[in-house]
Amino acid sequence: MRFVDEFRDADKAHALAARIAALCEPGRQYKLMEVCGGHTHTIYKHGLEDYLPESVTLVHGPGCPVCVIPMGRVDDAIHLASQPDVIMTSFGDMMRVPGSNGAFFDANARGTNIKMVYSPLDSLKIAKANPDKRVVFMAIGFETTAPSTAMTVLRARAQGVQNFSVFCNHVTIIPAIKAILDSPDLRLDGFIGPGHVSTVIGCRPYEFIAKSYGKPVVTAGFEPLDILQSIYMLMLQLREGRSEVENQYSRVVPWDGNPVALKAIGETMELRPYFEWRGLGFISHSALKMREAYADFDAELLFEVPGVRVADPKACQCGEVLKGVLKPWECKVFGTACTPETPIGTCMVSPEGACAAYYNYGRMTRQRVPEAISIELSRP
Amino acid sequence: MCLGIPGEVIEFLPEQPDLARVDVSGVRRVINVGLLSDEPPEPGEWVLIHVGFALSKIDEAEAAAALEFLEGIGQAYEDELAALRDSKIE
Repeated sequence: MRFVDEFRDADKAHALAARIAALCEPGRQYKLMEVCGGHTHTIYKHGLEDYLPESVTLVHGPGCPVCVIPMGRVDDAIHLASQPDVIMTSFGDMMRVPGSNGAFFDANARGTNIKMVYSPLDSLKIAKANPDKRVVFMAIGFETTAPSTAMTVLRARAQGVQNFSVFCNHVTIIPAIKAILDSPDLRLDGFIGPGHVSTVIGCRPYEFIAKSYGKPVVTAGFEPLDILQSIYMLMLQLREGRSEVENQYSRVVPWDGNPVALKAIGETMELRPYFEWRGLGFISHSALKMREAYADFDAELLFEVPGVRVADPKACQCGEVLKGVLKPWECKVFGTACTPETPIGTCMVSPEGACAAYYNYGRMTRQRVPEAISIELSRP
Repeated sequence: MCLGIPGEVIEFLPEQPDLARVDVSGVRRVINVGLLSDEPPEPGEWVLIHVGFALSKIDEAEAAAALEFLEGIGQAYEDELAALRDSKIE
């Protein structure tokens, strides 16, 4: 456990907190967005907001792939799964995401065959084992999972598998960040950049945030000290009037990403003209579809997809939460009608959703919870 | 599904150089290492795994920290491990 203590030392956390506080200019408010849902999770599990001065607010971003899928795409997927001889396959995270007529689990109770898989390669295996069925993989996720879908399609082609296709819902993080930067609702001072997405895309794609928008970006790891250190690096840039892309997580994230993964995505997929994001609306060039050369693996071409558009439930304010305009506890149904057991919105379904993170760690306001500090951070 | 889980490479599958057997918290399963073809890992090295694919090489300290983080997440990691246990990549 010596390794882990290195990332969790409470004294180091307090020392970093003091250095962050020393960088605050009197009277100035700082809003920093953590883009990734994994970071949101660490922040609430370890009560990191309690280490920060009142003038520093963490705003939770749209980096939870399950949370940004609009209800209409769930309905489309269920429609696909209802076609004759179809076996739909999906990551477990998607199974409880509500569409307008229930989630995948509910559809299965009505007769569809939607199977949970760990990997798209498991979906390919199901296709090979069931040559008389048409197996569709519900592909979701940011650049972290898109290479896996791409590699699976390349493998399917190499092996001559003809009854496997992809319902592609992969999204790309950069246009979502740009949409947030262009949104008049929110003024941000800097970004804690996503960790695992950056192992694929690297750090260069964030440079426009620093150069064109003048906001610092620090790619961060998932340990509590990683996040505090990233906040310190952002605050130091702001204090010195710099806006640069820095990599706090260089022990995992190469500056140029993973070229093999990027090549596999580029070979099999291309950007869609636009895609609907839950809460953020239509964003141009923000999602991927199969390239024409791989049309025989594109479920949207092999099947009739209705292209359902469904407005989010009126009571649900996931959109505002995903944009960072509202904190989860400010949503009217948070913790009452909407809980992880009976989610109304996607942010409560996924464990990486901001609402689920708040709910699971008992965060109902930004009041200090001192015991959280002593419980969660180990003493050296 | 979005969780990156650390695994130790045990061996490569004969005749399938892009597949490797890894150990994840005591669960041994086959994953695809094709995304690391520029710099393939050696047996005994650690990789970060996303949905059945090794996405990057990591050192042992990072693997230990990542595991601790995942174990702290609780249910979501247990679900991921259960899914991995059912996985039969070939």
